[in-house]
Amino acid sequence: MQLSISLLEITRAIDSWLNSIFHPHVAFGIELVLAGVAVILLVVAMAVLMVYAERKLAGFMQMRLGPMRVGKYGSMQAIADVMKLLLKECLVPTNSDKMMFKLAPFVVTVVSFMTIVPIAFARGIQLWDINIGVFYITAVSSLSVIGILMAGWSSNNKYSLLGAMRSGAQIVSYELSGGLALIVVVMMSGTLSISGIVQAQADGWWVIKGHIPVIIAFVTFIITSTAELNRAPFDLAEAESELTAGYHTEYSGMQFAMFFLSEYTNMFVLSMVAATVFLGGWMPFHIAGLEGFNHFMDYIPGIVWFFGKTFFILFLIVWFRWTFPRLRIDQLLKLEWKYLLPVSIINVLFAAFIALMGWYL
Amino acid sequence: METKDIKRDEFVINVGPQHPSTHGVLRLELWLDGEDIIDSKPHLGYIHRGIEKMSEALGYKQFIYLTSRMDYLSAHMNNQACSLAIEKGLQVEAPPRAQVIRVLMAELSRLASHQLWWGALGLDLGAVSPFFYAFREREMILEIFEETCGSRLTMNYITPGGVVNDLHPDFVKKVKKLIEQLKGNLHEYDQLLTGNAILQARTRGVGKLTAEDAISLGCTGPVARASGVKCDVRKLHPYDGYDKVDFEEVLNDKGDNFARYWLRIAEMEQSIRIIEQLIDNIPEGSYREKLKGVVKLPAGEYYQRVETARGELGVYIVSDGKKEPYRVRFRTPNFSNLNALRPMLKGAKIGDMVSMMATLDLIIPDIDR
Amino acid sequence: MNSIYQYFRAIWYGFSSLWKGMMLTGHYLVHPKKILTEQYPENRDTLYIPDRFQGEVVLPHDENNEHLCTGCTICEMNCPNGSIKIITQQVVTPEGKKKKELDKWVYHLGLCTFCGQCIDACPQDAIKMSNAFEHSVYDRKVLTKVLNQPGSKLKSAKK
Repeated sequence: MQLSISLLEITRAIDSWLNSIFHPHVAFGIELVLAGVAVILLVVAMAVLMVYAERKLAGFMQMRLGPMRVGKYGSMQAIADVMKLLLKECLVPTNSDKMMFKLAPFVVTVVSFMTIVPIAFARGIQLWDINIGVFYITAVSSLSVIGILMAGWSSNNKYSLLGAMRSGAQIVSYELSGGLALIVVVMMSGTLSISGIVQAQADGWWVIKGHIPVIIAFVTFIITSTAELNRAPFDLAEAESELTAGYHTEYSGMQFAMFFLSEYTNMFVLSMVAATVFLGGWMPFHIAGLEGFNHFMDYIPGIVWFFGKTFFILFLIVWFRWTFPRLRIDQLLKLEWKYLLPVSIINVLFAAFIALMGWYL
Repeated sequence: METKDIKRDEFVINVGPQHPSTHGVLRLELWLDGEDIIDSKPHLGYIHRGIEKMSEALGYKQFIYLTSRMDYLSAHMNNQACSLAIEKGLQVEAPPRAQVIRVLMAELSRLASHQLWWGALGLDLGAVSPFFYAFREREMILEIFEETCGSRLTMNYITPGGVVNDLHPDFVKKVKKLIEQLKGNLHEYDQLLTGNAILQARTRGVGKLTAEDAISLGCTGPVARASGVKCDVRKLHPYDGYDKVDFEEVLNDKGDNFARYWLRIAEMEQSIRIIEQLIDNIPEGSYREKLKGVVKLPAGEYYQRVETARGELGVYIVSDGKKEPYRVRFRTPNFSNLNALRPMLKGAKIGDMVSMMATLDLIIPDIDR
Repeated sequence: MNSIYQYFRAIWYGFSSLWKGMMLTGHYLVHPKKILTEQYPENRDTLYIPDRFQGEVVLPHDENNEHLCTGCTICEMNCPNGSIKIITQQVVTPEGKKKKELDKWVYHLGLCTFCGQCIDACPQDAIKMSNAFEHSVYDRKVLTKVLNQPGSKLKSAKK
């Protein structure tokens, strides 16, 4: 049907080719390695692209041009930055807990890579179609706070410690309403699996057919994911005007780059989750009744839909960062416990009612 | 405070001398209990250059250029204060044209200073974009300065007896364009920060300074006026024809961070009002009273105060009749405004420290001199 | 009831005020013509430098290699930083008179604060400020300049 060869066919071809040459177990091992390499390449490429895009967007929002020197329109700037960080020495403070200090960036990075596993990029393109996908993502992404606390504690720096503690309080509390926002959609689609949630949106995205509860959940999820990412206006953990750089004050070189990479990976993953759960993943935009229009939308490949939605949410997060001032720590917690959490709980009740009655389209 | 023992769960952090939110080399010792500040102690002297002592070795005309380096955002007002003090000693008065030029320049630099403050406040509170929006009009002001005075930051333009150069032919045109653009863009300030819920939460009710505290700590300028203390030198002791222009001394009695924020925005409007009144009425005539090559003040003491962008600057000159001053002393506004920080900081959070420093608008070289 | 109203009002106020700020940054994002920054080394030819810009002190010479400096050292006395050093020499004029004449007009650019007091004080208007602003060099010695050109003379008073 499709004019082009879909990604699914490519992966199937690779799979059958490997199985025809090797023993199935060896082929499975090779596939795991290939998938891992693909994920790393994707994440690094996306991080480089995101850094460049963010700097350009920030520049235009502030009446500047952004990076312009390295490459055409500064397009090589992010790569040049990575090269610089690669060449720098990784300093370790004298009185730090050296093992924890060196381990922390790896913990943070590994956790953020692990969250990519159940994401469905296009039809059938998914590393592991685990039946508790949404639960897995929320569970694993909350592990990154351990890496941040390790970094803050082992640096033997009061600024780092304060930053890590702030980050701990922030991530732990914001996970509640983030999880409740996801539960709304999980209840409506009746499944925790990512591919199941995407399939449930074949006739319309949840944000459109799910009425007000899903819209509220979507807004809550955007806010909480911004907070979980430690990005402005919730970037208290690394508030540069208060704590210089927060938990990664003492890190340099590639160790710092790993924190940076994991921050961008987390940002990317949470945007992908929001795009999958609320905006229909790789499902094209359909309007019931308009067959011609729907048919035209089908011709746009799923992967374009998916990354289009992801970038829309990424753009929102970038837009927040370059507009808003930062909250204070007590106001941050007040926002969660006094506003987001009660609203989310009531919202879940409403959503449960709607799901029970089957009032969505 | 030096003898105080650190209790369990308390710890001390040093904010500065190299810290992004102190805008210079101020070092603050903060005693913390978690996020709460128990006590604080500022340490000065990291940028002490001995401007007062250096002035004793230079002639009366020469030392003025050093004052541009104290509060570098109010360089014109600092020069004006010294020039007025020396003019007092010589018993000359600047010609009317020079007086109007001085007032115009002073108000322009007040605008530029408040714009930088607004941008830096956004930066301190974590919003980067306001900095660039504020610099748009500030850049125009600096270009006006550059055209007339020859430099952008440390102008050394106001001199005893008048001003160094006449106004640039384009001055009036450019200032009018600036005022027009600034009026059109002031609403952006409200749109981006003033009305912002986060900024309101960060500033309202935070960093209260009572009028009694403001007076007893010697605070002046917007900091004291935000606590309801009338202290505008332009109104109380008019100089250079400030009594002839019509403007309001903006007051607020809340005394919190937002009052100081609001007051500076309102002061910008007043500065625009003063400039609008004067820009079409610059008198013709000489711009400078020619003084002797080597100025000698008669023996005695001379004191002059002006209102800089941050408060009251006093210049005290003791002369023994020689060509160098015997003693020069500056009463700088930032030094006394810094005193307000300690009572404000007690019981506040670390995040509040940043917003308080931002609304006090401290310039560290002015504290240390 | 009032507290519930206040609660939702706070939510509404938060969203609307934040949206206002986002509209402003969004406005500038889609209006790239309002960009203010300049690409400096590329636009060197079109850069606007005001005439009065105080870049460095120069001693203008005319086509006969003559300048106006009499070597009176008033500028040296007026300089607050000691960045000017005037070296004079005694010469015998053809008429047999002894006369003080400028030998070297030494200018330490590294010490200069560009306050313009030398220009202000010069009775002959011999020196002025040029608009040059790219002063960075690799060797500090280059910053000590001799402003009078070799073999230059004082311009004879009236022709």
